[in-house]
Amino acid sequence: MTKGILNKINLMWVAIIVVLYLLLSYMMAAGIINSYYKITLFNMCINIMLAVSLNLVIGICGQFSLGHAGFMCIGAYSAGIITKMMPNYAGLILGILVGFVISTIAALIVSIPTLRLKGDYLAIATLGFSEIIRILVQNMKITNGAAGLSGIPALTTWPLLMLGVVLTIVICSNFTRSAPGRACIAVREDEIAAEAMGINTTKYKVIAFVIGALLASAAGALFACNFYVIKPTQFTFNKSIDILVMVVFGGMGSMTSSVLAAIAIGLLNMVLQNFTDARMIIYGAILVIMMIFKPQGLFGDREISLSKIVDKAKAKKEAN
Amino acid sequence: MEPILEVKNLTRNFGGLAAVSNVSMQIMPGELIGLIGPNGAGKTTLFNLLTGVYEPSEGLIEMQVDGKPKQIGGMKPYKITNLGVARTFQNIRLFKSMTVLENVEVAMQRNIQYGTMSAILRLPKFYSEERWIKEKAIEYLKDVGLYQKRNELATNLPYGEQRRLEIARALAIQPKILYLDEPAAGMNPQETADLTKLIHEIREKYHLTIILIEHDMSLVMNICERIYVLDYGKMIANGNPEEIKNNEFVIKAYLGEEI
Repeated sequence: MTKGILNKINLMWVAIIVVLYLLLSYMMAAGIINSYYKITLFNMCINIMLAVSLNLVIGICGQFSLGHAGFMCIGAYSAGIITKMMPNYAGLILGILVGFVISTIAALIVSIPTLRLKGDYLAIATLGFSEIIRILVQNMKITNGAAGLSGIPALTTWPLLMLGVVLTIVICSNFTRSAPGRACIAVREDEIAAEAMGINTTKYKVIAFVIGALLASAAGALFACNFYVIKPTQFTFNKSIDILVMVVFGGMGSMTSSVLAAIAIGLLNMVLQNFTDARMIIYGAILVIMMIFKPQGLFGDREISLSKIVDKAKAKKEAN
Repeated sequence: MEPILEVKNLTRNFGGLAAVSNVSMQIMPGELIGLIGPNGAGKTTLFNLLTGVYEPSEGLIEMQVDGKPKQIGGMKPYKITNLGVARTFQNIRLFKSMTVLENVEVAMQRNIQYGTMSAILRLPKFYSEERWIKEKAIEYLKDVGLYQKRNELATNLPYGEQRRLEIARALAIQPKILYLDEPAAGMNPQETADLTKLIHEIREKYHLTIILIEHDMSLVMNICERIYVLDYGKMIANGNPEEIKNNEFVIKAYLGEEI
């Protein structure tokens, strides 16, 4: 089965993704998904990228980070500023790359001292970092301060978003199912035992944190080029919590769960659009009920695995 | 022959309490050493000093690395592990949500050449090394008799098998020195007998130097060539099982004094 990258399972995944992409594209062209639903769909895609990447840090590596909105903010502003000067795809790519560089530097600066902290302490440190980024952006000239950037070219298209989502999931799941990923899971499970296995725990925490930051920054860039306007208030503590809710709601440690939770919460938001005040109450109530009855999340740590489905089908065939 | 491990005047204080005080040991390559002592004598603390979990307050720990003695006291645990030191834990510390096979694969981390990039891009290097790791991990599982259970979650194994898995995981580090912290704790006599056999087998097969903490005296007296006895953090005796059995300090430490 694992002869190389072109094995049956991977080809099946490619086929599924292509079919899904064509189906949704057709529905958009035919007007089944109207422009209102389209906004929801685009939002969902960006949220999937954010949730899956945060899941890598929290669910896989066990490092409780509340700084995801900070990295998203870096990506959004890098792309926003550069695409305003170069309103084409070269500008967007350059913007994403600049976002990557800044996010990596920021992630390293934050993570090397703070990842020694555990649990709540790390959460507070990353929260502080994310607020620093927001305040910086709010007070810099180049970012146009509290008024925010407007007139960002709408470069985020449906194929681009789909590509972003697929790449994010592929990167995270490939990483998880490899030696460095196993090391991260070992760190989550038992840090002392992980060290005793020869794992440099700080190194793997930093790797997971940086990958998470890069993907959040890419999501931020797509976010900026989707909405025409970005403001510092979009990247507050609340945004980090929104993403965290998706990860916890779905089930920590599972990519599938994060994707499904991002979709479910996207739909929920759409349905509750007209009840802005009630929305937060319902949202909170759902979370409280979840934590009481299903603290492991809606889907737990289960993953959709084609290879398992194929194996089961084969076993059934043989049994017949 | 040079000793593979030499401990010189090692001390570790916790506040005013000297959990390990002025301990010296000399261990030759290939020896099977027992470390015994009453509860709270400092045995596990000594292991934690030797494996880098604690920093020594005073004293040196020298290990033979590439033919030269190297001071390893106070080094980070993962660095000590990568010099060829493995351990098991008194209170089992498996990676619970991983399968039995994955637990062993984690321990082979230091043999892996491919990096994060090759993993994400799934380069050919990734596939060839992963295949090799899996084969090798299965070999270690066969050593301890857990091959049949390779796809079960570690947390679902019965207690005795969890202890065996810890040993398989330690072997996968390909150590020169293996520390076993109460490997027979909670086992019935049959399981203890099987464990004794296993310790002999792995020692022969992998040319290990083994140091074990154990309360089960039949096991210790049976397999250890030399025994160190700790009491209140101090090394009170050292010798072969026969000498230890008749040592008056040891008898006093375990049974108390006549009034």
